[in-house]
Amino acid sequence: MAIPKVCGIETEYGVHANGPDANPVSASSVLINAYAAEVDRRTRWDFEDETPERDARGYAREGALPPMVETHLANTVLTNGARYYVDHAHPEYSTPECYDPLELVCHDKAGEEVLRRSMAAAAALPNAPEVVVYKNNSDGKGNSYGCHENYLMDRTVPFASVVTGIIPHFVTRLIYTGAGKVGTETTAFGTETVHYQISQRAEFFEEMVGLETTLKRPIVNTRDEPHADPKRFRRLHVIVGDANLAEVATFLKVGTTALVLAMIEDEMTPPKELALSDPVRAMHQVSADLTLSRPLRAADGSTITALEIQWEIFAAARRYAKEKGLDVIGGEQVGEMVLDRWEAVLTGLESDPGTLADQIDWLAKRSLIEGYRDRHGCRWDDHRLAALDLQYHDLRPARSLFSRLPMERLVDDAAIATAVTEPPRRTRAWFRGRCLAEWPDAVVTANWDSLVFDVGSDPLRRVPMMDPLKGTADHTASLFESCDGPSELLERLSS
Amino acid sequence: MAEREQRRRNAPSRTENEVVEEPAPSSPRGEKLKADLDDLLDEIDEVLEDNAEEFVRNYVQKGGQ
Repeated sequence: MAIPKVCGIETEYGVHANGPDANPVSASSVLINAYAAEVDRRTRWDFEDETPERDARGYAREGALPPMVETHLANTVLTNGARYYVDHAHPEYSTPECYDPLELVCHDKAGEEVLRRSMAAAAALPNAPEVVVYKNNSDGKGNSYGCHENYLMDRTVPFASVVTGIIPHFVTRLIYTGAGKVGTETTAFGTETVHYQISQRAEFFEEMVGLETTLKRPIVNTRDEPHADPKRFRRLHVIVGDANLAEVATFLKVGTTALVLAMIEDEMTPPKELALSDPVRAMHQVSADLTLSRPLRAADGSTITALEIQWEIFAAARRYAKEKGLDVIGGEQVGEMVLDRWEAVLTGLESDPGTLADQIDWLAKRSLIEGYRDRHGCRWDDHRLAALDLQYHDLRPARSLFSRLPMERLVDDAAIATAVTEPPRRTRAWFRGRCLAEWPDAVVTANWDSLVFDVGSDPLRRVPMMDPLKGTADHTASLFESCDGPSELLERLSS
Repeated sequence: MAEREQRRRNAPSRTENEVVEEPAPSSPRGEKLKADLDDLLDEIDEVLEDNAEEFVRNYVQKGGQ
């Protein structure tokens, strides 16, 4: 049965430092340490629970490379419940666990704000090189880095059903989640010329299912690391998405995916067979097809377009909402908002995609680039177009092109500023964040599913948080009000 | 909800006699977006990096996840 789709986003930001000695690992560390010093955060990440090599299929393919855990680099936990650290030579921001897609949009944007504040804090250091951060997924030279989503799922649902059910959605949601890119940088398109494509990330995918994240990337990642009670929960780790700046795009990326996963849990996926004969190739085709009309080959030999697949999934989602309600994606209000936006975007893509240039990244960027080309008559290989592409994602206020576009907002600046310091109220992130804010010296390490306290005389005490839906503001209000200090908290929790 | 379903175009389940509302390509919304974009393009040279070629060439990342 479907369970609440607690969700989060991990973004590996692009990072560039000027200067002869600049290297991305130290530049990333400078950002994180400068920010941690400014907000006085000392609690370090606890690696007790890290097992990224565990495979959801119960086995690992021969020759598969499990991800490495880097325990020696800058790594901190914030009072909003987020993790902020160096990963693979990138600064990475993992939002806290959110209860619904709109809350996650707010926390994803708060992550951008943390990176902006980090750039400012780093710039104020003596002799610091300028460190610049980009929210994108590739350098245009064949190197890609990810923006991963995570969704809580019911452990009893067979993983094979998840794979079959979600692949058509992952291949085709690109038409509104793509962040857009000038040119290509892999051999995915063969001899075909692609001047502009919908996705930053799609062409880097080579497999349908697998454990890898840095090589031979799979559409469905099998990492089985629930960061919660493994008997009850699965965390679907999604590596196939683009990093979005547009709030509507992030909202739809998370909202539609959460809904489809709930439909899989309740066995209410579209009745029509949507399996594709070659999902990897289909995803490349979708990315390269700005007309959104190219037929994809279905497994049954027929053809279907990405938009048609999305309409089928959307229709099934409406039926699901009618029958089961929308509590599992955060309630009727936010759930209906997902459905209405989804429908409006599919309608717009079908009739006049240009009208979505204020909502969808690949269309916003395309309008900018087309406008520039019209004025200057640039060829597609003109460096200025690649520079526009890169600067769309630039987080420096003085250089960001995204922030100059008239994009539609779903959350306001005040809510984002609050999310920089305050955790979501309806998940265990609340307990993590509040403990860090109340007793920064007592919490020695933290991770997704536990906190370790040092209250002086006793040995270190680990408080497990194996249920992402416990430790909410409602659950813990009286606890935080009545406890004078961490010792009393531990006493109350163990009694 | 029924009304919304009817407005869908080309949805696999639609019937022939449904009324289809589609925004004309030159909708007021599209015009407004274009005007805003023109304003940005007017001043974009002040924001763009001076040396586009070098800026793009220097942006090299290590692969990540």
